[in-house]
Amino acid sequence: MYYVSSSPHVKAKLTTNRIMIDVVIAMIPAALFGIINSGMLFGGFYAFRAFILIAVAIGSCVLSEYIYNKIIKREQTIGDMSAVVTGMILALNLPVTFPIWMTILGSVFAIIVVKQLFGGLGQNFMNPALGARCFLVLSFAKQMTAFFPVNVDAVSSATPLTMLKNGADTDLLTMFIGNHAGTIGETSVIALLIGALYLTVRNIIDLRIPLTYIGVFAVCILLFGGQGFDSVYMLKHICGGGLIFGAFYMATDYSTSPITTKGKYLYGICLGVLTALFRTFGNTAEGVSFAIIFCNLLVPLIENITIPKAFGLEKEKEA
Amino acid sequence: MSVLTFKGGVHPYDGKDLTKDVPTRRINPKGELVFPMSQHIGAPATPMVKIGDRVLKGQKIGEASGFVSANIHSSVSGTVKKIEPRLVTNGTKVMSIVIENDELYEEIDTNSKNILENCDKKTLKDAIKEAVKEAGIVGLGGACFPTHVKLAPKDESAIDYVIVNAAECEPYITADYRRMTENPKELLEGLSIVLHLFDNAKGVVAIEDNKPDVIENLTKLAEKYERIEVKALKTKYPQGSERHIIYAVTGRKINSKKLPADAGCIVDNVDTIYSIYRAVKEGKPLTERIVTVSGDGIHNPCNLVVPFGTSHTQLIEEAGGMDENVEKIISGGPMMGQALFDTDVPVIKGSSSLLLFKHDEVKAAKMTNCLNCGKCVNVCPEGLVCAKLAQAAALGDKEMFIKYNGMECIECGTCNYICPARRNITQSVRTMKRAIIADRKKG
Repeated sequence: MYYVSSSPHVKAKLTTNRIMIDVVIAMIPAALFGIINSGMLFGGFYAFRAFILIAVAIGSCVLSEYIYNKIIKREQTIGDMSAVVTGMILALNLPVTFPIWMTILGSVFAIIVVKQLFGGLGQNFMNPALGARCFLVLSFAKQMTAFFPVNVDAVSSATPLTMLKNGADTDLLTMFIGNHAGTIGETSVIALLIGALYLTVRNIIDLRIPLTYIGVFAVCILLFGGQGFDSVYMLKHICGGGLIFGAFYMATDYSTSPITTKGKYLYGICLGVLTALFRTFGNTAEGVSFAIIFCNLLVPLIENITIPKAFGLEKEKEA
Repeated sequence: MSVLTFKGGVHPYDGKDLTKDVPTRRINPKGELVFPMSQHIGAPATPMVKIGDRVLKGQKIGEASGFVSANIHSSVSGTVKKIEPRLVTNGTKVMSIVIENDELYEEIDTNSKNILENCDKKTLKDAIKEAVKEAGIVGLGGACFPTHVKLAPKDESAIDYVIVNAAECEPYITADYRRMTENPKELLEGLSIVLHLFDNAKGVVAIEDNKPDVIENLTKLAEKYERIEVKALKTKYPQGSERHIIYAVTGRKINSKKLPADAGCIVDNVDTIYSIYRAVKEGKPLTERIVTVSGDGIHNPCNLVVPFGTSHTQLIEEAGGMDENVEKIISGGPMMGQALFDTDVPVIKGSSSLLLFKHDEVKAAKMTNCLNCGKCVNVCPEGLVCAKLAQAAALGDKEMFIKYNGMECIECGTCNYICPARRNITQSVRTMKRAIIADRKKG
């Protein structure tokens, strides 16, 4: 007997599973840097703690998905590795001092509430890790911004972005390399860019979103950032906080970004403007997470107004 | 030379090395040959012979039953055994004439049929069209649209391009490549015959740049034809799609509601043009074609000249037999071909290849939810949002499907090929298109 199916009969190599593995690989430089950086700043125990947080977040994300699928008797989906990605992004978004139980709570929230309740992989309208991060920020504001262990001298206890917001001076090179305080994975621009390059070479992410996002953000900072046309100030804003991490790893999340080409540009513009607004006029120094989840909600609208004109129909529709 | 192309497309493994250097070999069909009366788009032909009749090679056995229809000729001499519905490649049963081959190959008289020499200028155009119609020529690229209909557009003077589609973008198939290698002069001669019909047109042989030897040779041979030139196309699937080859060559775009003639173009496949040459110069009807037999499941991949009506089973024997672990057999290319459940079906005008694979990638694929990754959108040659079309199909939402231009889909399979979630996008869209077309017919 031969297998019969409707054409086409061949498939490209790249699969869902492989994409997720690639995203995990791309985050390894940032994760490693985060672990080492925590150790360098606060001592070996914190390097270990950073590692544990990442492991706990990944473990609880995968376990939540496993148990959820068991309970509602659906086919097991943990093999697609997407829960690992969610766990890793969430962990890299947490400060190294963050309590373990809250990390578990965040992971469960990400997988069960944000992802699975809406139908699982690809069906969620909000990035699970970011949804959980915002949930944690709202619930445990103090712990989410505790970037320094209590025993550390309070003078240096601010992230570069907070210092920037308060008008203090920061060092651009330090911000680029990332040997300063912040969430575990967001500090090192260079490590994040290495991963982004890998994702680009592997054709996993579409650079339209991150480049539009960063470009528009830069323009907005120059226009109304409060420091006039200061390019160093602008670069510090780009390197500071979660912008690079958000632009390349979270704004590019497939299910929560527009599928249409024009939509991707529009989405990047919205993100850039909102992030700049939040950072300049908001109460907190950071604005990336809220900008992204807010824009996630705009995606259906953006897609609806950016349906492309099909080949050979361009002129007809205008007429 | 600049390389022409379109936006989108994919690069599947092409497998052409298996057969591209194997010269064609004519096979001698054994036993019964089956001639389905519907091998083309349009009305089926009407059988002209009775059971027991003796027929000659090249004799017309099925008469075109309308303007959009095509004649069918016997490819061997022998006796009509049966006239009954028989299984064809697409899995349906079609009324067919079954002829027992007597292996004498007695041919009907085709002498003095070279109309180029026997006609004056006034009657030449009609004589060419008549010869093409009489020879039962249809588009041999796979669509099988009757060629005489294509050659009779509303306004002949508006045609400024006659394009020979020599892209051969489907993986594995090397039939057109062999034709261009073995019969380059006849091909150009055939094109110049078609150019007789269109005074304002220039002829373009458009070839993918993975065939540099053919491009070079044809360019040299084309020098002596004032109105013919050879153009290189980027090697990319689906470069041979009619709409996209027109765009690559002329920069003009047509959509589902338009014909190539609306863009001033006539597009014909390599073997179609060769058949026109044979019909006009030699008075020979269309009774055979080159079929590539390839894939990892066949022992000696090759290119065969196959008389129509020959069973695919015999092609497998001629190619040294098949591996016992073959999982999938495809008539046509891997991107748009038809999977066979039974190889005992006849070779017809549209059969460009027979592919045998030990491993069925479709069976092995594990489907996940759609990731919304947009890869289908990036590769769709028609600029469609394929994932949304599949979603509309899943929901049965015809309004959404039409809003997202689903009717423009050419079913090339590109989205399905690239999809990392292994979704059956092309299949869903195809089903939805059929449903909407059926609705429209009902009115």
